[in-house]
Amino acid sequence: MRKIAVLTVVAFSVAMLFSSLAFAARKTIIKIGINAPLTGDIPKVGEGTKYAAQMWLEDIEKAGGLEVGGKKYDVELVIEDNESKAESAVKANTKMISQDDVLAIIGPQSSKQAVPAGEVANKYKTVMISPWSTNPDTTLDRPYVFRGCFLDPFQGPVVANFITDEFGFTKAAVLYDVASDYPKGLAEVFKDAWEAKHGAGSVVAYESFTTKDTDFSSQLTKIVKSGAQVLFTPQYYNEVPLIVSQAKNLGWEGPIVGSDSWGSAELVELCGEACYGLFFSSHYAAAGAKGATKAFIDRYEKTYGYTPDDVAALTWDSLQLAQQAIQDAGKLTGRIEKDREAVRDALTRIEDFDGITGKMTFTEEGDPIKCAVIVKINNQGEFEFYGSSCP
Amino acid sequence: MEPLIESFNYILQNIINALQRGSFYAVISIGYSMVYGVLMLFNFAHGDIFMVGTYIGFGIATVFLAVLTGLVPPPVIFLATVVVTMFLASWIGVFVEVAGYRPLRQAPRASAAITGLMIGIIFETTILIMLGAKRLSFPPLMETVNYHIGGIYITNVKAMIIIISLLLMLALHAFIQKTKWGMAMRAMSYDFLAVPLMGVSINIIAPLTFAVGAGLASVAGILYGQAYPILDPYMGVLLGWKAFVAAILGGRGSIKGAALAGYLLGFIEIFVATIFPSTLRDFIAYSIILIILTFRPRGFFGMEHSTKLRL
Repeated sequence: MRKIAVLTVVAFSVAMLFSSLAFAARKTIIKIGINAPLTGDIPKVGEGTKYAAQMWLEDIEKAGGLEVGGKKYDVELVIEDNESKAESAVKANTKMISQDDVLAIIGPQSSKQAVPAGEVANKYKTVMISPWSTNPDTTLDRPYVFRGCFLDPFQGPVVANFITDEFGFTKAAVLYDVASDYPKGLAEVFKDAWEAKHGAGSVVAYESFTTKDTDFSSQLTKIVKSGAQVLFTPQYYNEVPLIVSQAKNLGWEGPIVGSDSWGSAELVELCGEACYGLFFSSHYAAAGAKGATKAFIDRYEKTYGYTPDDVAALTWDSLQLAQQAIQDAGKLTGRIEKDREAVRDALTRIEDFDGITGKMTFTEEGDPIKCAVIVKINNQGEFEFYGSSCP
Repeated sequence: MEPLIESFNYILQNIINALQRGSFYAVISIGYSMVYGVLMLFNFAHGDIFMVGTYIGFGIATVFLAVLTGLVPPPVIFLATVVVTMFLASWIGVFVEVAGYRPLRQAPRASAAITGLMIGIIFETTILIMLGAKRLSFPPLMETVNYHIGGIYITNVKAMIIIISLLLMLALHAFIQKTKWGMAMRAMSYDFLAVPLMGVSINIIAPLTFAVGAGLASVAGILYGQAYPILDPYMGVLLGWKAFVAAILGGRGSIKGAALAGYLLGFIEIFVATIFPSTLRDFIAYSIILIILTFRPRGFFGMEHSTKLRL
């Protein structure tokens, strides 16, 4: 009796071993990891990530799977919650890479999590695309880590090009917060880009203030006097209304242009009509979108009942990029290490990928060269797609 | 000739800018000086009392605008907002004195000074808990009209801020010089040991002083809301510190000095940024003040007896 039992167990184990080996050899499932902040500080970001990923999966399932090298594969999403914490994002990446055998990872969104999580992905040679992280360190010296959005400083030249093409101006003024990294960096890059285009001294006023200041009258008086045609101010939504109204009261009549830090719904609430008609650069704009972007927005709105924000759109593009890279890899061997490498190589070769947030080509660092969206605040106070501007 | 007029206009424009900025420093720094005169300590919660006053003004203005618009002309709404806000904010001042300073009247001066900081933090966090971190936008109490007079831009709001601040300070001057209460306050600042023996209780004069200071700060808050209409719970910190600098510069306990130094601070800040690169504004502006204090350690109108005392 006992012998039979032992034999059965041995037989089963052997069978299991073989079947799993056989399974591994001709794997028909592709797993994609999603590392998202479903709970914690920014659950709305996690929700957008998850919803976009589910929409993507729906499309794959409708097509009967993902076709790679003439063979259809089933796709499975492994969604892990990183609680908006750096440690949890690292843990989630480690788990997805070592236990779930994911082929690629989408996420984490914030730089706070994407920088440490990217290190894990790079160490285990697994492709990771962070849709939303703008910190240069996320992808720096990490061949396996990519991102779906542009870096902060990149907006400087983009805005300079936009102003030149749109208005034909040659003299610009800059007003920025010297005590805050983001505006300071962006102001410097803009100045360099503008002077490269229009010659030294074409930034006729380069004025600053410090965080928490509310009175910009002396700087703005200087700017008005300098004869500048346009004012660039890469400030946050709580300072922009003060700058705009004070500038107007001091006789400024030209356009005022900003960067993606303007892109908060609160801006219009605080600024009101004074901000109507102004421009800023951003990742994406929902109102007035066209083509594939509009199709995505409509579908998202219909399914989930609200307009998708930039995180959802960038996640969608990142998943499309991953999909394209997997398909371009040609043939999956079933040996996960080898396949991951093939996907990574394919991703670096992608050129002019046509995403809903713009055309992308990766640099050697894994940062996309893409066009920024120029948003106009229309007369209803909505952020309207005005055009795209390329570096 | 042409460039001369232009630079003249440029200077005139900056004088107007400086008058507006200076008005806020002046009205707020008076609150520091008044309390110092009576209690010989600086009320470090004053910047946050200004902040609470602004939020009260915001609430009152929102309600009045919703209820009264169309019924009475805008100037009446404005006046009503000022009066009601002043009244309510005075009680904040009384509260700070009674709850914060009175229990510590016999305590070392340092403890009382720290109390002010604590109360300030309590006010900030209370507003934060009640209203959240979201910025609020102060509703305009009058339509902004921009006048363009010979190359100078001035809005009716700017003119109003400058005029109302001056009127407030004149009213305060009259109150202190002409009324019995004012006389008691002056007497208290001259000798706070002898005056209570004459039957003037410090427990009445001190809260009165706080109330007047808070009332003034709340009007400054309403005006501030018209000029810089974005409210956040920490808005009083920086402004409070700068007004404190003005109070020291003007001479401790001197109301006239605080007002003048407030305007001077506004002029220094604006003109330093006009002449030098604006990145160096605070560095140069406060170096100038440091130099002034080196040569006039008692400030402009500091009295011998008020500086001998602690803190």
